[in-house]
Amino acid sequence: MATIAPDASFDRDTFHLIEKEGHDHGSAHASPVLLGFWIYLMSDALIFASLFATYGVLSTSFAGGPGPRDLFDLELVAVNTAILLVSSITYGFGMLAMDKGGVRAVQGWLALTALLGMSFVAIELFEFGTLIAEGATPQRSGFLSAFFTLVATHGLHVTVGIIWIGIMLVQVGKHGLNVVNRRRLTCLSMFWHFLDVVWIGVFSFVYLLGMLR
Amino acid sequence: MFDAKTIFGRLSLESFPIHEPILLITFAVVALGGLGVLGAITKFKLWGYLWREWFTTVDHKKIGIMYFILGIVMLLRGFADAVMMRLQQAMAFGANEGYLPPHHYDQIFTAHGTIMIFFVAIPLVSGVINFVMPLQIGARDVAFPYLNSLSFWLTAAGAGLVMVSLFVGEFSTAGWLNYVPVANLENSPGVGPDYYLWALQIAGIGTTLSALNMVTTVIKMRAPGMTMMKMPVFTWTAFCSQVLAVAIFPVLTGAFAMLMLDRYVGTNFFTNDLGGNPMMYWNLVWLWGHPEVYVLILPVFGIYSEVTSTFTGKRLFGYSSMVYATVVITILSYLVWLHHFFTMGSGASVNSFFGIATMVIAIPTGAKIFNWLFTMYRGEIRFELPMMWVIAFMLTFVVGGMTGVLLAVPPADFVLHNSLFLVAHFHNVIIGGVVFGLFAGIEYWFPKAFGYKLDKFWGKVHFWGWVIGYWVAWTPIYIVGLMGTTRRVHHFDDPTLQPWFIVAAIGAGIILIGIIGFIVGLVVSYRKRDQLRVGDDPWEGRTLEWSTTSPPPSYNFAFTPVVHDLDAWYDMKSRGYAHPAEGFRPVHMPRNTGTAIIQAGLAAVLGFGMIWYIWWLAVAAFVALIAVTIWHSFDYNRDYDIPAEEVARVSREKLSYLDINYAPEPALLPAPRTGTAAPAGA
Amino acid sequence: MGLDILSNVRADGTSLLGHSMKSLSHFPVRCSLAVALCALLLAGCERAVFNPAGDIARQQRDLIVISTGLMLLIIVPVMVLIVVFAWRYRKGKGGTYDPNFDHSTTLELAIWSAPLLIIIALGALTWSSTHLLDPFRPLDRKATALEGKAQNSQALRVQVVSLDWKWLFIYPDLGIATVNDLVLPIDREVRFDITSSNMMNTFYAPTMAGMIYAMPGMQSTLHAALDRPVDSFGLSGNYSGAGFSGMRFRIRGVTDQQFAGWVNGARASGRSLDTATYLRLVKPSERVPSMLFSVGDKDLFRRIVERCVEPGKPCMGDVMAKDMGHGGGHGTMPPGRGSAPPHGDKPEGAIFKSPEEKGTGANVTKPTDPRKAPGVTKPGDDANRNMT
Repeated sequence: MATIAPDASFDRDTFHLIEKEGHDHGSAHASPVLLGFWIYLMSDALIFASLFATYGVLSTSFAGGPGPRDLFDLELVAVNTAILLVSSITYGFGMLAMDKGGVRAVQGWLALTALLGMSFVAIELFEFGTLIAEGATPQRSGFLSAFFTLVATHGLHVTVGIIWIGIMLVQVGKHGLNVVNRRRLTCLSMFWHFLDVVWIGVFSFVYLLGMLR
Repeated sequence: MFDAKTIFGRLSLESFPIHEPILLITFAVVALGGLGVLGAITKFKLWGYLWREWFTTVDHKKIGIMYFILGIVMLLRGFADAVMMRLQQAMAFGANEGYLPPHHYDQIFTAHGTIMIFFVAIPLVSGVINFVMPLQIGARDVAFPYLNSLSFWLTAAGAGLVMVSLFVGEFSTAGWLNYVPVANLENSPGVGPDYYLWALQIAGIGTTLSALNMVTTVIKMRAPGMTMMKMPVFTWTAFCSQVLAVAIFPVLTGAFAMLMLDRYVGTNFFTNDLGGNPMMYWNLVWLWGHPEVYVLILPVFGIYSEVTSTFTGKRLFGYSSMVYATVVITILSYLVWLHHFFTMGSGASVNSFFGIATMVIAIPTGAKIFNWLFTMYRGEIRFELPMMWVIAFMLTFVVGGMTGVLLAVPPADFVLHNSLFLVAHFHNVIIGGVVFGLFAGIEYWFPKAFGYKLDKFWGKVHFWGWVIGYWVAWTPIYIVGLMGTTRRVHHFDDPTLQPWFIVAAIGAGIILIGIIGFIVGLVVSYRKRDQLRVGDDPWEGRTLEWSTTSPPPSYNFAFTPVVHDLDAWYDMKSRGYAHPAEGFRPVHMPRNTGTAIIQAGLAAVLGFGMIWYIWWLAVAAFVALIAVTIWHSFDYNRDYDIPAEEVARVSREKLSYLDINYAPEPALLPAPRTGTAAPAGA
Repeated sequence: MGLDILSNVRADGTSLLGHSMKSLSHFPVRCSLAVALCALLLAGCERAVFNPAGDIARQQRDLIVISTGLMLLIIVPVMVLIVVFAWRYRKGKGGTYDPNFDHSTTLELAIWSAPLLIIIALGALTWSSTHLLDPFRPLDRKATALEGKAQNSQALRVQVVSLDWKWLFIYPDLGIATVNDLVLPIDREVRFDITSSNMMNTFYAPTMAGMIYAMPGMQSTLHAALDRPVDSFGLSGNYSGAGFSGMRFRIRGVTDQQFAGWVNGARASGRSLDTATYLRLVKPSERVPSMLFSVGDKDLFRRIVERCVEPGKPCMGDVMAKDMGHGGGHGTMPPGRGSAPPHGDKPEGAIFKSPEEKGTGANVTKPTDPRKAPGVTKPGDDANRNMT
């Protein structure tokens, strides 16, 4: 598949290309994948946007049930936020290691990122468990429905990210840092940082604003 | 422990229409017909062929054709629903209750709308984009061929679930957007809304993936020389439509997911009590719903542009204003969703804002109409069938546009909202706009896809059936709408309305003639394919898809074309381009894969398990789906090379450009030359 | 027929709308829209939307006519041009052929500005008419046919509740209520406060005014008036489930004397609308014959809007006040995480159902049991739970 830039200049009478023999097909695919993945992230962001909007509408519909100030344990969430932010940094180191070509280093950083991700999910599950045990279930009020759905959707994404890291650990071990794996690691990197950005939105919009109001 | 409810969920004998003779007979016919088809496939040993060449294909052209088949099959189902509604409304006056109980009638109008938009219009539009767009930009495939096949099979899986609901259980009764509060668990505890939600969630994910694939393809895969402002208009409109689709379908997915949570977990998003807000659902689905109209109509505008330009033998008038109009419509379509519920009392200023924003869309749309008009001006119009569809479209669509603007005036909408006038309006723009355009596109690109034209006589039956049928069916509906008759009504008290509904039912009958004409036309054309066979460029085309063989080889182009002009192929022809006879190289292409159809099948099983509360089945299907996806990611060997000799053989045997009928007078052309050179910039 | 329309057109001429309508009133043909669209439409003029008995409906009708006329200014020439060009430039008929005519700045300017001008005119009309005809806005007495006619300057209040699947009208100032029967004195402004018990419907009396949504837990408002005696119908315009088609009510415009007599009759009907009656009434039923009640409970409508008619269910207003204290930041924090128990009996989410609770997803295309409430169509049937 041709990847000549559309604006490359051609002779007026050139009507078709003769592709070079044996050019690297792998790299030819790289750019559409990254762009495509970026577009996917944008569409995912819109799912979050609709959940945020719903949360905005329902954020005071406590229906007589508990509100943010009764429920949120800000210290715990702050710790969790820190963990997720650090996991972005460790993933960043993983990408640097990838550029240097160190398979082991990449695997090490990825594993560390996955561990941080797992502790994030674990703490979130602990938070949910506490809330549900106290009777603040998603069924209790519109506010709690929106809260649980928004936060859990993010948590679900992190879980998918962790599974993806697991797969990449195996694949990098199997095939090394070949073109395909580099591309996949780059996509995963975008995904992981995207989740960080979304979490910052959740933390400020749901938790901080909820405590302030 | 393992009682029937655990194993079968809420599925029981009662879930099958054993008490309903009409449905039982339909079921028997469908089942026997299905068995017959399966038997025939087995008898003629076609399973291997179908699996290898179609079910596992990643070729965008074959996927486009499969979308087309799906769309036509579902059109028949949706049209059957329409006929049932028209008959009910023509009968049910005064003492006569009609032949459908309300619960059944409600399912029918819900299924009709859902099917016609999600499983007819979207697949047909996706099909045309899939088939034509990569050819128009001189690409060998889309950016993500496997994803393309997954998108199609997910759409097909959703359609399958809707079809299953016909015989197992019931479909939603909550209208084509599954409105709350009707679709809340309290008001509809049955399986109907669950069928709706799972079918559309699965198909919707397919549509989102397809759209992001097409957007990436347009951005990344264009032939060298094809700048954005040299893209064919159809590609432009497809691009805008798919950008729009990527941007709106996630909102629908979110809204449906929340309604699913309400129904499965008992949350309070759209409930009446405990802080839920049903209005939120209306806002979210219409935030999707209005741009969706443009997702459908924009590519069809592109089809009209291509057809008009080709059959007038002229460059399109006002290309750049056409492009700007498309982009403006794309942006504005986000800002108008509230016009679907002016009557909810948002206040005068909000209503006027959204009303005026809606009217503003009429300006670029009007500009488009004028552009087609002035493309015809000083042209040499050949009234082949595609062009006839264009004329029928222009005359029909302007009326629909006018009634649309009328509905955008809030105080007028207070009278016309939810009336049959509104129903007539959107059928006017969808049939007169989208459907006519798709038929124009099918007539136009059919020879490219199969190498022979569609039969002309049956094409005319198809054309006149639809056009006359449309006007006979919908003019009376406009009129009763103006009289204050509202939509989704199962029975009327006022017998003076009956003649109008009888006329409308007759109109539906005339449309049926059109549909039969189309289906018969396909069969007849297939049987007469040797007489109808044409060259690669039967219409004197102007864009790149006409420069390759009909049907094109799996890799589309033996040589990647280089583009110098908006009408690239016209430019090549008029400057004496001849296909090269040598210099072929191996072509690198993606391998077929069966993963997508397996994944989509598992998604359908997951949906079925969830709909019927068969939890073990849903869990098993979900785990299997994840496993297959991970397993697929371990396949690193997804491409192969088509040898140069094969490419050379196909090109030499199949390309017919040099001896086609419409080739310009040889005397007028400079001596043919084969312009082969390496790109200057590479 | 034509004359009474002309005489009723608002005559102040202060607004754009007034101007346009004034000029419109000079048209000799009553149904200019009908003539313009299609001669067939003439029959439609006899119908509700085109035969209004209220000033709001009349203005809305006129607006439809004016907007259509404005748009026809551009639609008709375009349609003519399509046919002319298609005919004149068909192949082989010797029309000028200029394959390279693809751009003309003048023409493109005209192409964009012609629709633009129409939309500007229509936009101005939209802005002013939307504000003038805003259902929340009390009628501008001077601008309507009420001027000089109205004896009683106080607007009559009617509370409208859409139930599954019938209409409840409460006259709070008169202490009466009706089901599926709306009687109004003519030439008197009426303020409708509209809500719903469960489904979303629209309150629509085509002869009187356009439709407004009736939504559960919310209150919408419509101001309108009838200006001639009329016996017509109203309906729900928004699909709301199985009994939706039969959700029609009778609307009558009567003189003041007749109205007073009717009110006295309703008061003497002997049936009283109390909580228990309402809770029986709120259950789904179809094609309910009209009923009359006297109303002792002045607070009923508020409790319907706030969804607390059932004994023990907290009202939305109280809940919100408590919520404000909770999350509002200005109130006091409640001790611990104590919260009110949830009210109502919402069904459990599907995944929490035990196998026995799953029920059966029947195929309901089979004819329903005529004795069961949803699907009953015989007026006066016991299963409709009419209150006799």
